[in-house]
Amino acid sequence: MQLIVESLFNGIAIGSVLLVAALGLAIVFGLMGVINLAHGELMMIGAYSTYVTQLIFKLPAFQQFYNSYIIVSLGVAFLVSAVVGIVLESLIIKRLYGNPLETLLATWGVSLILQQFVRSVPLAYGTGLIISLIIGLGLPIILPKNLFVSHQSKFFRLGIWSISVVFGLLTANGLSSAISKLGRSSSRNVDVTAPSWMRGGIEFWDITFPVTRLVIIVITIISVIAVSWFLNRSIWGMRIRAVTQNRSMSECLGISTKKVDILTFAIGSGLAGVAGVAVSLLGSVGPNVGANYIVGCFMVVVLGGVGNLLGTIIASFGIGIMTDLIGAGRLLEIWPEMPSSIASTVNFFATTSMARVLVFALIVVFLQFKPAGLFPQKGRMVEG
Amino acid sequence: MKKTFKITGWVSWLVWVGIIALIIAAPSFLPVFRLNLLGRYLSLAIAALGVDLIWGFTGLLSLGQGIFFSLGGYCIAMFLQLNTSSDLPNRIPEFFSLYGIQSLPFFWEPFKSPLFTIFSIFIIPSLVAGFLGFLVFRNRIKGVYFSILTQAALLVFFNFFNGQQKLINGTNGLKTDVTQLFGQIVGSDSMQRYFFWITAILVILSWLFTRWLVRDRFGDILIGIRDDEARVRFTGYNPTLFKTIVFSIAGGLAGISGALYTVQSGIVSPQFMTVPFSIEMVIWVAVGGRGTLLGAILGAVTINYAKSLVSEALPASWMFIQGGMFILVVTALPEGVLGWLQGSGPRNLLSRLGISRTLPTYPDLEARESKGVNSQ
Amino acid sequence: MSITKRLFSGLSTIAVGAALSACGAGSNQTKGCIDCTDSVTVGILHSLSGTMAISESTLVDTEKMAIEEINASGGISVGGKQYEIKYIVEDGASDWPTFAEKSKKLISQDKVPVVFGGWTSASRKAMLPVYESKDAFLYYPIQYEAQECSNNIFYTGATPNQQSEPATEFMFKRSPASGKPFYLVGSDYVFPRTSNTITKEQLKSLGGKLAGEDYLPLGNTEVAPIIAKIKKALPNGGVIINTLNGDQNVAFFKQIQDVGITPRNGYYVMSYSIAEEEISTIGAEFLEGHYGAWNYMMSINTPASKKFANNFKKRWGSDRVVADPQESAYNMVYLWKAAVEKAGTFEDNAVRKALVGVKFDAPQGPVEVMPNHHLSQTVRIGQITSGGQFKILESTDGPVLPQAWNQFEPSSKGYACDWTNPRKGERFRL
Repeated sequence: MQLIVESLFNGIAIGSVLLVAALGLAIVFGLMGVINLAHGELMMIGAYSTYVTQLIFKLPAFQQFYNSYIIVSLGVAFLVSAVVGIVLESLIIKRLYGNPLETLLATWGVSLILQQFVRSVPLAYGTGLIISLIIGLGLPIILPKNLFVSHQSKFFRLGIWSISVVFGLLTANGLSSAISKLGRSSSRNVDVTAPSWMRGGIEFWDITFPVTRLVIIVITIISVIAVSWFLNRSIWGMRIRAVTQNRSMSECLGISTKKVDILTFAIGSGLAGVAGVAVSLLGSVGPNVGANYIVGCFMVVVLGGVGNLLGTIIASFGIGIMTDLIGAGRLLEIWPEMPSSIASTVNFFATTSMARVLVFALIVVFLQFKPAGLFPQKGRMVEG
Repeated sequence: MKKTFKITGWVSWLVWVGIIALIIAAPSFLPVFRLNLLGRYLSLAIAALGVDLIWGFTGLLSLGQGIFFSLGGYCIAMFLQLNTSSDLPNRIPEFFSLYGIQSLPFFWEPFKSPLFTIFSIFIIPSLVAGFLGFLVFRNRIKGVYFSILTQAALLVFFNFFNGQQKLINGTNGLKTDVTQLFGQIVGSDSMQRYFFWITAILVILSWLFTRWLVRDRFGDILIGIRDDEARVRFTGYNPTLFKTIVFSIAGGLAGISGALYTVQSGIVSPQFMTVPFSIEMVIWVAVGGRGTLLGAILGAVTINYAKSLVSEALPASWMFIQGGMFILVVTALPEGVLGWLQGSGPRNLLSRLGISRTLPTYPDLEARESKGVNSQ
Repeated sequence: MSITKRLFSGLSTIAVGAALSACGAGSNQTKGCIDCTDSVTVGILHSLSGTMAISESTLVDTEKMAIEEINASGGISVGGKQYEIKYIVEDGASDWPTFAEKSKKLISQDKVPVVFGGWTSASRKAMLPVYESKDAFLYYPIQYEAQECSNNIFYTGATPNQQSEPATEFMFKRSPASGKPFYLVGSDYVFPRTSNTITKEQLKSLGGKLAGEDYLPLGNTEVAPIIAKIKKALPNGGVIINTLNGDQNVAFFKQIQDVGITPRNGYYVMSYSIAEEEISTIGAEFLEGHYGAWNYMMSINTPASKKFANNFKKRWGSDRVVADPQESAYNMVYLWKAAVEKAGTFEDNAVRKALVGVKFDAPQGPVEVMPNHHLSQTVRIGQITSGGQFKILESTDGPVLPQAWNQFEPSSKGYACDWTNPRKGERFRL
């Protein structure tokens, strides 16, 4: 019993990282049909914003709140990744709707650029850039609309961007002088340290449950609930679903499909940022941190069936549990008197590398029987 | 109508003559190091032809060509390793002793035969490709799903080759530089010159072969599958069969390319099965011009040459340039450079500059479309 | 006005602003050699991009510093002339074939007399045939698994008998976990595999118990299954020999602490790839109480060691640290200089001959080049402190002679390497 609980927990722990990482991808892929290969890099941006948040909270002024920085960083990471996502959508992806293969290549290019960006641009300046973007994109939304209809609106916009640039530069210079680590560009990995309450484990039934893993599971659960609430209950969620089902009809009914596209992509990207926070708790943060997860995420989406949240959930936990069962050689524990011929095969795959090989191979085999995943999408959309 | 046709012919002839002149003259004016680079990039062009065949013509974006490329490389490397290890203890390659292996793993045995090796270089990758392709196409998995699955397959192979130190030397890969062939060291200058010639000849042969493939009905069906697979099926053709065949041909080409690349770079390693390398192959074709075979060759050679030049001067900037190239080529230049030249690009440019242009008539468009030169 | 246009105008404004502010940043000024009349160009070949850039860029920094130091003190004197050292830095891009390609470029095109480069064993194995076929010379600065002895490579890192063997012995005999079973964990590539093969043989001869071993594929940071296996295999504590690579170490140490694999519970990790640089990245709070074995540790309290550390901080920033791989890279530049001056020429073969027997007062203490192209070095075992440094627990009395061929591993037992004697060479029976 204890064995099963421990194994299940480990599987769920692995699966929840996959799930939170794949959630944004499932939305962008499932609802918009966009293959975003830069999803991993959006995660990376989330992880880096966690790092910057952590450093800011180490400053004397914020020291007393240090223990709660991880909660703040969830919001920060969501916002930052969402803003990057908005830029990405409006500059590149918008032009490529309906061409999934082209989108795939373009986003791969974006991912290369983002990876090199964090290597060669000091984080303080990256933060400054993000702040300028947030201000420049956010101010027009906050300010009254009629300011922009007058014929001086051009100057007005220029003014807003100038303000945002000034703010961005101030942040960049302020950060780089306050925290010297952020002022230099570096290809070195950085490290997010969990606050002390998140370290260690909880003993229960002689099993240690690591707190970090529990926190990640909680983050995952909250994200899933929030996403399903948003999609199923909120007005914008309804619009998003409407556009997914019938784009031109929705447009006729007065839904701004452009806004829906941007919003959907921003949410997908923001979720990648949240995943970045989760990932940063487990390992180091570097330019390649997202690339390590991206293929796994795609397998989750393909296995779960596109555009189905339940499928995504089941698929990621399924993969997580399989990885643990195979990789940790648990089959031998569960069935100790296994014939030696099978046992040697099990042992052959009982390393993390071979577990990966086997899990992926099993997914490919599974797709032979269910080509469209666990929960296939119905209707005419599937062909074409 | 005739005018555009002439431009096409003229451009491709010019490129053609240029390539032959380059190949003949290369060893005499290029230093060995640069010659070797050129040889390697030419061998990559063969893989690019395969990518063009499946992506440019058939619309299948494979992100797993690295599998077949490496398989070809491993075939020749295993042969060369065995060929050189006859005077070593146990008559097995040196690295086995590091892991305490006494006897040769069974699948190495056939590679003792040179004849088997020569055939295996393209037959093994194309069989693997055919098998993988069949599994995927049978279920009518296509589009991005196909791309993702090929990427997953790539990871499976990568992890397997990377993890099996005792079978295939794992991450280290297999070296070929110090092995011997016909009593000569493979890495020596004279051998490298021969490999350069062989590569150049094989590039031309593969080009002729792929051109022959896409010229006739076979090519038309491929383009049909790309543009509307359902219609092809309803016309009575079986797209699965055609897709499997073309995918396995592309796999075979990748295998040849991998073998040639391996002997010229001196090593084959699981590094060739990493995700970026396979996606890079696509960008060669995309920049050169998908659906134009010559474009694939030129794209592979020039981009790789540019890469080595740029990364020598400014190591950090290559990633930016490459990333920008991916974005640019899909947003601004979807037909690639050669496609742009052959298509309406130059005419549009001329007309923008104020030089008059002839308006294409409808039959003209039809005629060009059916050639499949640059229809999208 | 669409959001795209707004973004374009916005981004261009930002770009202008950023460009203006960037103009303020100055460039590094380096002092050249004042008395030099001539110059010689050497090659530096490490990964500046990709996964290995994290580690290898520190070596580039150190090698540049060593070259600048030599230049500032008068350059290299050969044949009565003073030569200033210049360098070409090439990027291996964490890709083994690229290392081979760039080596060819440095040798054939730039015609450098020597290349300082490499980190992973895979990159060295890829470069080796290039140097052998072109008869050029590579200086390789990293502790490695040995079982190799090339006439064309000079290894300034530790061999297993200068690092892993004393470490295993220490863990088995004199650590708090002495006598307990061992678990071996590493990244899936040649160094961990070979190093662990040796450790297993050594453990057999010591009479220790091996509880298991596992490897993580490079690039994969999902360590949960491995940790589950370790907990199962070592229920009552024990020794974990860790040969994981860069990023994976972070994931590993962060997560073992959470499940209670800590020194307090009787689990001691001995790492072969964790130096001061890695400690500062992972965070000392995760590593405190675990062990490391190196030839150089920043906490060595000698003037030479302090001078090395201070110079490095002065050159590259006060928060930087120095570690064993950097010391090794530093030594090799000086050893090359000494060998060139001894030979009186830059010519490969003469320098290679002159190199054997060259001595240098390194930051770790005296080192000497041995006939097998390896260095004799002092071995130290340290425990990681909360300050991110090693507390040196043990140190050999003097330099330990390097063994290119391992004496625990049956296939290489009884073999040695000697390049000064043409009849002995790469591998001969003792």
